[in-house]
Parts: sequence; C-alpha cells; structure tokens
Amino acid sequence: MRFQLTDDQRALRDGVRDLLAGRFDRDALRTAVDTPGHLDRALWRALGDAGFFALCLPEADGGVGLGLPEAVLVFEEAGRVLLPGPLVATHLAAGTVPGAATGERVVTAPAGELLPWRDASDVVQGDATGAVPLASVDPLTPLHRLPGPHAPRSPEAVLLTAAEQLGSATRTCELAVRYAGEREQFGQPIGAFQAVKHLCAQMLVRAELARAAVYAAAVTADPVEIAAAELLADEAAVRNARDCVQVHGGMGFTWEADVHLHLKRAWVRAGTGRTTRETEEALAAAL
Amino acid sequence: MDLTYTDEEEEFRARLREWLASVLPGLPPKPSPNDWPGRRAYDLGWQRRLYDAGYAGLHWPADAGGRGATPTQHLIFLEETEKAGAPYVGANFVGLLHAGPTIAVEGTPEQRARWLPPVLRGDEVWCQGFSEPDAGSDLAALRTRATRDGDHYVVSGSKIWTSHAEVADWCELLVRTDPSAPKHRGISWLAMPMDAPGITVRPLRTLAGSAEFAEMFLDDVRVPVANRVGEENDGWRVTMVTLSFERGTAFVGEVVACRRVLGELAAQARKNGRWDDAVLRRRLGRLNAEFRALWRLTQWNVSEAMGVPPVRAEPRTGGRAGGVPGAGGSVFKLRYSHARQELFDAAADVLGVAGALDTDHEWTLDRLSSLSYTIAAGTSQIQHNIVAERILGLPKDRPKDLRRELQRDFQKGGR
Ligand SMILES: Cc1cc2nc3c(=O)[nH]c(=O)nc-3n(C[C@H](O)[C@H](O)[C@H](O)COP(=O)(O)OP(=O)(O)OC[C@H]3O[C@@H](n4cnc5c(N)ncnc54)[C@H](O)[C@@H]3O)c2cc1C
Repeated sequence: MRFQLTDDQRALRDGVRDLLAGRFDRDALRTAVDTPGHLDRALWRALGDAGFFALCLPEADGGVGLGLPEAVLVFEEAGRVLLPGPLVATHLAAGTVPGAATGERVVTAPAGELLPWRDASDVVQGDATGAVPLASVDPLTPLHRLPGPHAPRSPEAVLLTAAEQLGSATRTCELAVRYAGEREQFGQPIGAFQAVKHLCAQMLVRAELARAAVYAAAVTADPVEIAAAELLADEAAVRNARDCVQVHGGMGFTWEADVHLHLKRAWVRAGTGRTTRETEEALAAAL
Repeated sequence: MDLTYTDEEEEFRARLREWLASVLPGLPPKPSPNDWPGRRAYDLGWQRRLYDAGYAGLHWPADAGGRGATPTQHLIFLEETEKAGAPYVGANFVGLLHAGPTIAVEGTPEQRARWLPPVLRGDEVWCQGFSEPDAGSDLAALRTRATRDGDHYVVSGSKIWTSHAEVADWCELLVRTDPSAPKHRGISWLAMPMDAPGITVRPLRTLAGSAEFAEMFLDDVRVPVANRVGEENDGWRVTMVTLSFERGTAFVGEVVACRRVLGELAAQARKNGRWDDAVLRRRLGRLNAEFRALWRLTQWNVSEAMGVPPVRAEPRTGGRAGGVPGAGGSVFKLRYSHARQELFDAAADVLGVAGALDTDHEWTLDRLSSLSYTIAAGTSQIQHNIVAERILGLPKDRPKDLRRELQRDFQKGGR
C-alpha cells in the first residue's frame, strides 16, 4: 500500500496546473463571467490538444491511456480555477462521440434535473426533451431544467464532479488564508484572531477529509466509496465557500471578489448529482 | 496511489491472524473496570504475549528493541488486532506510545537499555505527569519545581489528570528547573520512580463513574539526575516529540472499532424498528462516509510517514524530526474526536430512551467517555490553533499587553 501521489501523478497535476494558469488566468475567468453562455472554443480545443478529454481513452484509440485516479487529479485542477463548460460530459463522451476527445466538439449530458450548457454544446448525450431554460445562479454555468423522470448519473460522472468540488474547497481555503494573513484590523492580521483562525482550520480539515475520500474512491471505483466522496466533497465545497465569504467580510459579498463564483458553482455541482438525502440513504443501505 | 498491499504485507497479515486466532481463546477473563491491579496484570500479560511472539514494539527501530517494521505493517497490526477483538494497550499506553518513543529518540544508550526492554516485555507501567491544576492547555506554564541537590533533583508540586497513576512504576514528569528562564526554556523531562517517598496519589472519578485518572502530590521527591532525558531545561523540545507521537498513531485501532460499532448500530436498528426513522438512518449513512474517509485519511498519513526515515531526531534541532508525526495528525484528531461523539449520540438514538439512559449498556458508557476525546491530548480549540498556525501559517495572536493597549485604543477611538 502506498496511498500517496506517485511522481508521475504529481507531475501530471503540476502540468495541468501550469497549463490552466497560462490558458485560463484570472482575466480569462472574469471575461467568462462577463459573457455568460459563451464557451471559449479556442480554450476547449487547447484542452483537447493537452489530452484533457482523451485522458482515459486507451492509447490504441488515440488517448492518453490513464485511469480514474489521474482523471480525478485533472478535474481537481479544473475545479480550483473554476474552468467553465460541460467538462465531465465531454470527457466521458470521448471514444463514443467523434470529436469529443480532441475538443473539436462540445458534449453535454443531463445531470439529474439539470442540463448544463445546452445551447453552447454540439451534442446532447441522453434525453433532453422538454428542457426549459432557467436563470442560472452561476454566471459560469447556463442551465436548463429537465422534466422527470431523471436517469441517475454514472459513477464516473459523480466522482469527477466530486473531484472538481475538492479543487474548489482547497482553493477557497487558500483564498481565505491569504486574505486572513493580509487584511488587518485592531492592529493585527485578522488571521491572528481565533474566531477567524478556527474557521480557516475547519476549512482545511473539511478539504483534507474530502481529499482522502475522493482519491480512495478513484483508486477503488467502489460505489459506496464514491457516495462517501460525493457527500464529503459537496459539503467541503459549499461550506468552505461560505466560510471564505465570511472571512472576506464586506469584500466577500461583492461581485468583484471571486469567492461567490466558487459558492455558486459548488451549488450547481452539488445539484447535478444525487440529493444529499439520496446519497445518505445509499450510504446507510450499505451498512 | 495504491491501496493494495504487497505480498509481503499480506503474508505478515496472514501470520498475525493465525497467531491471534491461536492465542486469543486462551486469554483470562477481562477484569472489571475498577479493579486496577487486575487491569494492570491483564494489560501487562497481553503485552508479554506480544513480546514473546515478536510483535512488541513492532514499529520501533531495532536499536531500541523494536522490530523495525514499516508504518504499513504497524497499521496492519493495529487493524488486525482490533478486528480480532484483542485487548487494547490499556495500562501500557504511556510506556508504548509516549514515554517509550521519547526515550527511544532522546535517551542515552544507558537510559534506553534501562527503560525500553521492560516496556516491551510487559514488566513496567508508565504514567504521564504533564498537566497541572494551573497548566493544562498552557502546559508550558507548569510550576512543579525541581532543584538540584548533588546528583539528585528534589521535586515539589502537584500534577493532575494523571491516567493510570495508581498502578504505574514510572512517571514521565515535566518539571521546572529554571524559574527565571522564559517559560518554554526552563523545563526538564524526568523519569520518576512511582515508589519514591513523597508521592501521594489521589484517584479522581470521571463523569463515567470510574477512576481513570488521579491527582498526584509531590513533596520533596528525590529523583536521580541520571533519570533526566535530554538536556536540563530542554524538556519542552523533548516533550514536543512525545506529544507528536500521541497525535500520530494513537487512534488507528479505534477507527476500525468505530466502523464495527457503526455496523452493529445498523443491525440493531433494523431489528428494533428504529431503521424506519429516516433522520436516524441518514445520520448513520453520513457516519459511514465519515469513518470510511477517516480510515482512508489514516492510510494516507501512514503512507506519508513511509517516506520519512524511522524514528531518530537530531538533538536540539527543534524542527520536525524524521519519523515524528507532523501536524497532520491534528487534522485527523479534530475530525475523529467529533465523529466519535456523533457515533455514540447516534447509538443512543438506536438504543431508545431507556436504553440510552442505562449505564449497563456499553454504548452508554462509550457515549460518556467520548466526551473526553475533544479534551484529552490537546483540546479541539488547541488543535484548531495548531492546524491554523503550523499548517496554514496564520499568525499567532499578539501578546497580552499589546492586546490590552489595542483594546484601550479601540475603546477611546470608538470605531
Ligand atoms: C480522560 C483524560 C485523560 C488525561 N490523561 C492525562 C495524563 O495521563 N497526563 C496528563 O498530564 N494529562 C492528562 N489529561 C489532561 C489533558 O491533557 C488536559 O485536560 C488538556 O490538555 C486540557 O487542559 P485543562 O483540562 O487544564 O483545560 P484548560 O486548558 O483549562 O481548558 C479549558 C477550556 O479552555 C479552552 N482553552 C484553553 N486555552 C485556550 C486557547 N489558547 N485558545 C482557545 N481555547 C482555549 C480549552 O479548549 C477548553 O475548552 C487527561 C485528560 C482527560 C480528559
């Protein structure tokens, strides 16, 4: 047993982080926020070129031939920077939908009650009849609402979404810690006050427990572990984003700060999977 | 990331299982919780069996009398002994998990030869005399004095919450040897023989009704200078080694046990009809996620320790020594101690009103004792400080006088 990233996995993660820092920096993020519903096709193709979508395709089929653990690391990075688009659906369509693997075609799929990015996508995988647009709370994710009944999402889709949640939870913890170390009140950094310090510590604890659950689920692909990962990662992403707002004070309540984007995206991602009730019931049934 | 065990590790597990199956049926009956001499004999007897079978001090380095096993083998050992229902470390806790590792890292060859073998063999029990009435979370404020008299220290003061004090042969004692130095720099670590004249032990009853810990009054107790581990006034650093051991591996078996209890709760609830309560069912489901993740986090932390060379700290470096578990243990402890309390709160709801109020039920006692988990070995508040300051790098709170000044400014300014 060696439950740690291998050197290759570490290199992959760092490579994706560098790629995203170059291709999707803060300016690109804010541009995306200011142009809701618009998907940057050049970026999408660049992701395709980098192997983002073909990661788990066998090499014989032109893919990178890696597994779920590697995909989880890549999606965690996407979650960190709030990379927009139907990433999970396109990734899972590689190999079945021509052009998905290379980033030439954008693929979306129903996710529970929601259909993200319908209008910007080339292909909808699954039944989207009766989809009605809604005014999405998240400026980075246009949404349609689907009439029932809703097909369950695949375990891979659930896990990759949990990985994005993990990335977001880690990022909001970092943002809160950075702000708490810079902002001064009462003559000292606010991070010296225990009330703030303990919020930050709790954020880290949530993120690290979720990390153990998400990585383990990626290694085992066990449905119960995936359910645990989903529950803990959703909770870490949503609660860390809220605490991050709190640590930022008035600044946290602005459109200008990025924190609200993490919260809204975390809500959307949590909404694409099972409800908390369903996940908890599944975990109870497994006892 | 690999969660499969190597052939060698699986073989180790198989041999251990076989041995446990052969030895456990022959154990004497468990003594009652308040029979301390009985508990001591039982716990030492178990340690002796481990020793004879080659499982004592598994992860200790070979030159400290251990087996030099990898952290993964140690994890397997803790997992399998718990699964088989083997006895807990019990009265051997301080010797095996605190004092022993500290002496292994910080002691002279003579000290290691004197104190480590009896711990591993199950001959001697240690207790921990750190906390004082006025020094709990602020441990460095301790006041028990030790003054030199020839080749002895003369020790006076009082200790509190000393677990297993009544049956201990030795006490790892923190004393103040330089009252004029800053508080962290005037402390020394002594091994005090518990039969020395001048020691009075008065048992304290816990809220669970049993006498798990005691007050200890020290009145001119003479302790040989040769019993000091580490340099004089360097005891705080020596202590940090001890505390970081405590936060590393102490809970592995317990997580396994909690997962077993969770399964028992579900089975019981299905039998007595409480499973129909959706709120309770969902709480159990959530605990399933929690304890699975805590188990994975344990494997993560153990794997991380695999990369670090085994126990051996460079003297006086003050930094994180090889093999000494880091602040990551605080992340685990924070979440685990809370989860354990939630687990036994859920158990109360499975038992129902009368069952939850009946201390003949093991889960009711476990519920009571779970309250100590967020207090002992560093309270949750202190653990949050550790995570925030040592892992996240947030600043320490300003010294008191400056704060008072700032407060005055604030009141004057009325902002
Ligand atoms: C079952 C059990 C067994 C024990 N066994 C031993 C033993 O064998 N040997 C031994 O030496 N000790 C032992 N202890 C003592 C234990 O280490 C202390 O109880 C613990 O360190 C807390 O100290 P205290 O009790 O003085 O509480 P205090 O330090 O007085 O704390 C009281 C409250 O104030 C909070 N607080 C204190 N300081 C801060 C701060 N800076 N920031 C925020 N909050 C703060 C605490 O979190 C707590 O909620 C044991 C305790 C228990 C419960």
